[in-house]
Amino acid sequence: MNHMILGGPSRSFPKDDTFLAAAVPEADVLVLLRRALHSDARGRVATLVELDQDSLGEHTGEQDGEEGGTVLGFARWRNGDDPPSALIELVVQKNSAPEAIAAARAVFEGAGLTVALCTDQPGRILDRLLRPKYNAALRFLDEGLATQADLDLTCRLGLGYPDGPIERLLRGGLHHHHAASAALFEAFGTPGYAPARRAVVAARRRARGG
Amino acid sequence: MSSIQKVGVCGAGGTMGAGIAIVAARAGFEVVRQDLSAAALERSMRDTAGFFSKSVERGKMTAEARDAVLARITDTTALDGLAGCDLVIEAVFEELSVKQALLRALHPLLPEHAIIASNTSTLSITEIASGCGREDRVVGMHFCLPAQIMKLIEMSPGVNTAPEVFQAAWDWTLAAGQQPVRTQDKPGFILNALLVPFNNDAIRLVEAGVAAPPDIDAAIKTGLGYRMGPLELIDLIGLDTQIRLSEAFYPVTLDPRAAAPPLLRRMVAAGRLGRKSGRGFFDYGKPGMYGA
Ligand SMILES: NC(=O)c1ccc[n+]([C@@H]2O[C@H](COP(=O)([O-])OP(=O)(O)OC[C@H]3O[C@@H](n4cnc5c(N)ncnc54)[C@H](O)[C@@H]3O)[C@@H](O)[C@H]2O)c1
Repeated sequence: MNHMILGGPSRSFPKDDTFLAAAVPEADVLVLLRRALHSDARGRVATLVELDQDSLGEHTGEQDGEEGGTVLGFARWRNGDDPPSALIELVVQKNSAPEAIAAARAVFEGAGLTVALCTDQPGRILDRLLRPKYNAALRFLDEGLATQADLDLTCRLGLGYPDGPIERLLRGGLHHHHAASAALFEAFGTPGYAPARRAVVAARRRARGG
Repeated sequence: MSSIQKVGVCGAGGTMGAGIAIVAARAGFEVVRQDLSAAALERSMRDTAGFFSKSVERGKMTAEARDAVLARITDTTALDGLAGCDLVIEAVFEELSVKQALLRALHPLLPEHAIIASNTSTLSITEIASGCGREDRVVGMHFCLPAQIMKLIEMSPGVNTAPEVFQAAWDWTLAAGQQPVRTQDKPGFILNALLVPFNNDAIRLVEAGVAAPPDIDAAIKTGLGYRMGPLELIDLIGLDTQIRLSEAFYPVTLDPRAAAPPLLRRMVAAGRLGRKSGRGFFDYGKPGMYGA
């Protein structure tokens, strides 16, 4: 399945990404990289809107909970400034067209990416799941539960993770974690999403140009 | 260099105790394995002999070394069989009253210098030691499952633990070929404090209709490079065990993420306990052990 792209490069597909190079001028699947939805979407099998902290509903409009059609959302997971992973979170609505979902899968999987389907909710799968854990790890560090090295080592040795939570956050940029966490805290208001102090520090220092 | 030579393991008929005894014996320590249940001890001794024989088959140790290791192990159902141990590691049932009673009974039997270590996952080291008569010589020594394979040990001092005792226990873990990390006497130490709420959050994602279990697990594995997704892991741990862990932590921490999600309780009530019942968040066709 071919795809065409309007906009980009973007966080999901930075410059030189093979997905950009593989695009053709005209195709049944339209990928919008940080581009507003417009008339080009009409008549396509699928239009895939890149999302950040925005909801798919902001692009499609919503009213009665019966949304859905050929416009889907997606985001390629990145740990801050780390290179993008192979994960595409594909955002669907209740009545999204099965052909559109199949076409989106075919396009992304054809590019060697893995698709995980999710509904249009704040943080999708990974941000929603990871941010509270990362905040807890940062808080544990403040509270002296263990050193950073031991917190990370425990996760690598005890859980077989390729890296520990704090080394990962520091590598990708703590301010990115702050942004994702703050947006989820605004959405849910539950304490797990409140950005941990170290993330707040990183965000403030960055805002000051530090 | 550790001055500890003789190591006792209480609850050696159980999963963790058997593994811990293997770690100690393999590293050259004399080991006394104790359990209330003679049948459990016997079964775990057979498993232990089998484990070392497999090591011989795989070329990890010689037959002579295996025989020497097994000769260093003695089994007993009597607590006073542990007299003369320099270190006793307890891995009995996860119940405060059981562990407290055990430590109180152990104290008069053991030499003055002996250290008692607890493998508890959820209880407080300070509370376990409370009233035992040697509160200054009790440490937390939390091995990971399976203990005979996993190197990590979370080490935690209780409020009354003497620093030199903690150091001696720490040195012993190194002498036993393990990797200790220092943590505090707090619920779940590091590993479970991060993992138990995280696993509950994954269940809440299913409950909130964010994504189906295969998509959540695929996202975690692809996005983060974990070998196993959280829902697959909960199926392996057992959904009933996840409830027990949540119930151990939530009343102590009052962290809402640690509270067992309603979906978890519904699944356990429906008999979906994970791999052991053949069905949890995934369907395994038939009940079985991991890897079976
Ligand atoms: N299973 C795990 O994943 C895991 C991981 C780390 C720590 N732990 C901790 O290790 C301990 C043991 O867990 P397990 O899963 O091996 O349990 P288990 O039920 O497999 O084994 C417990 C053993 O202790 C024996 N026992 C009970 N009371 C006793 C007593 N008073 N004196 C002597 N023996 C007694 C029982 O007969 C049984 O053989 C618990 O504190 C648990 O929290 C478990």
